Amino acid sequence: MTGGPFSGLLPVCRKEFVHLSRDRTTVFFALAIPVLQLVMFGFAIDTNVRQVPTIVLDSSRTQESRRLLEAFANSDVFQLRYFGASESDLYEAIRAGQAKVAIRIPPDYASLLQQGRLATVQVLADGSDSTITSHAVSTANGVVLQEAMHRLLGLNARPPIEVRPAVLYNPGLRSPNFFVPGLIAIMLQMMVIMLVSFSVVRERERGTLDQLWLTPVSPLGLMVGKIIPYGLLAFFELTIVLVLMRVLFQVPVHGSVPLLYLLAFAFILTVLGMGLLISTRAETQAEAFQMAVGTLLPSVFLSGYIFLIENMPIPFQGISRLIPATYFIAIVRGIVLRGATLAELWPQAAVLTAMGLLSIFLASRAFVRTRG
Amino acid sequence: MEPVIRADHITIRFGDFTAVRDVSLSVGRGEIFGFLGPNGSGKTTLIKALCGLTPIASGTGSILGLDVRRNAAAIKRRIGYMSQKFGLYEDLTVAENMDFYGGVYGLTNAALSSRKDELIALTSLGPYLDRRAHRLSGGWKQRLALACALIHSPQVVFLDEPTAGIDPVARRSLWDLLFTLSGQGVTFFVTTHYMDEAERCSRAGYIYLSRLIAIGSIEELQRMPEANPPGTTRLALHLENSSEALALIRRLPYILESTIFGRSVHVLIDQAATTRLHADLTASGVHATVEPAEVSLEDVFVTLTNRIAREDTPTKEAK
Repeated sequence: MTGGPFSGLLPVCRKEFVHLSRDRTTVFFALAIPVLQLVMFGFAIDTNVRQVPTIVLDSSRTQESRRLLEAFANSDVFQLRYFGASESDLYEAIRAGQAKVAIRIPPDYASLLQQGRLATVQVLADGSDSTITSHAVSTANGVVLQEAMHRLLGLNARPPIEVRPAVLYNPGLRSPNFFVPGLIAIMLQMMVIMLVSFSVVRERERGTLDQLWLTPVSPLGLMVGKIIPYGLLAFFELTIVLVLMRVLFQVPVHGSVPLLYLLAFAFILTVLGMGLLISTRAETQAEAFQMAVGTLLPSVFLSGYIFLIENMPIPFQGISRLIPATYFIAIVRGIVLRGATLAELWPQAAVLTAMGLLSIFLASRAFVRTRG
Repeated sequence: MEPVIRADHITIRFGDFTAVRDVSLSVGRGEIFGFLGPNGSGKTTLIKALCGLTPIASGTGSILGLDVRRNAAAIKRRIGYMSQKFGLYEDLTVAENMDFYGGVYGLTNAALSSRKDELIALTSLGPYLDRRAHRLSGGWKQRLALACALIHSPQVVFLDEPTAGIDPVARRSLWDLLFTLSGQGVTFFVTTHYMDEAERCSRAGYIYLSRLIAIGSIEELQRMPEANPPGTTRLALHLENSSEALALIRRLPYILESTIFGRSVHVLIDQAATTRLHADLTASGVHATVEPAEVSLEDVFVTLTNRIAREDTPTKEAK
């Protein structure tokens, strides 16, 4: 039992489980916060642009202008909520935040159309919300273009070319399908890094670590004894979130669940190692917390969780390749949404496995050095 | 017979800083060795080195005949260690703490349960077995820490300031436990700041600025010539207002040292000046009864410390 590189593993592991069973608040928050996030992302956040509040100034007041406004309303992107009396009303409504878009049809709209001359329609958009605005502007272009075609070809003619879009894998373009797989990576990282680093740093703060180093407990025995309970907790959390995702948000899992768990193991190993590395550097739990948050920010913003990696400047794309969450998010989205298999995912899987091994190797080296 | 703890010219360095300089000592079986010195003087460092945790720059050390450099793993299985922080898991119960340390030392279930019974009988922890450690008072925590340090029946136990912050009754009962165990052949290496505890030890050493400056039995230490310079004597002056008189006494040129003990002042005085003292005190209107005083361990260490401080100052200025 004692002696050997893993001396003390079992008693440490058993003790960690007792700590977990005693420290219900920590475990509750570790498990409940991700679930709360999941519910928030799933229900509250909808990145699809619909029913943008719009103000209209129709100075033409003709059959033609009403037809155009109807086309805007039918697009589902615009909600023609207000009707202005003057041009200044439009600017006022946007500045006040009541409307995001303003449509102005000039008085000579119908007469210019009838004469076959160029009629203009002005669309003003609030640039302070760039996602909504760009979507609204391109929809407005589409609406007006289609109206122009009808004018040219006759009201009942069919345009010669038509796009037939088919959205694969997330046909409803639902936000949970995009966010939840990424969320899995982010919350696993947060939970594991915090719990593991806290559990070691707490021992340093209370002096039990000094005591342990004077017993036959070896650095690797202590490390693995702490990895096992928190690793298992991470898999438990993964399962909860997958079930909620499937049942509550009806996101179907197209690929292999065992493959997902296998690759999740590589990711959990990586973040366990990161947590242990933090624990060898941090003297207090507050310090460990700051370091954990420090790893979290790049993982949230540069991993493709929220923003597309391809749209980032080249240096940031380079950084995103160093972040473990980048690979795990790609893997989860691939397996859950597209039914990808190891044949397609092997590059990410290989990098993540290498990161997991490297992280555990560095952690164990640092752990052996901190003793004494 | 091979001593249980042996340090032979041990020097320990952290970078440029020498934490322990050329320390030699040996402790025999069943002894309670007191290791004294101010904070930061190298006490804990030497303990960690003797347990094989901190590398030794030069010199050798052994525990139970095992070389501390080569046999650290074997040493750790045979020693117990208890620090002033106790090393207990506060959210675990008394029994769970003992079970954990039993597991760490690889005790079988049968061995653990019989050893636990012995230790519970020794420490009277019986009624508290299911209580979480954080709900124990300081004295009971200390007993639990001692029980955990003894769970694997070690032959040598290092106690690093075991009584810091503990009330006098609990301190005394801990020492009673130590005497019982040392009677059974367990060797103790105890660091402390309390002189009354040091005087209970069979032998003691005093480390100051990384150097062991005195070692021996309590009587040997009290008779040290450095602590009793030739031509001097120690007197106890019983006064009505000791703190007021102290300033006056300290101004007298033949007083080498002075310390307040309640309503009396203990002085180290030039032997030739004892009669002058009477006259000088009376002249200043101070009424004192004067008696010869025993040299205490505290006197010894204060004298040694002051001597080193005086010797060190000129060399520092010379630089």
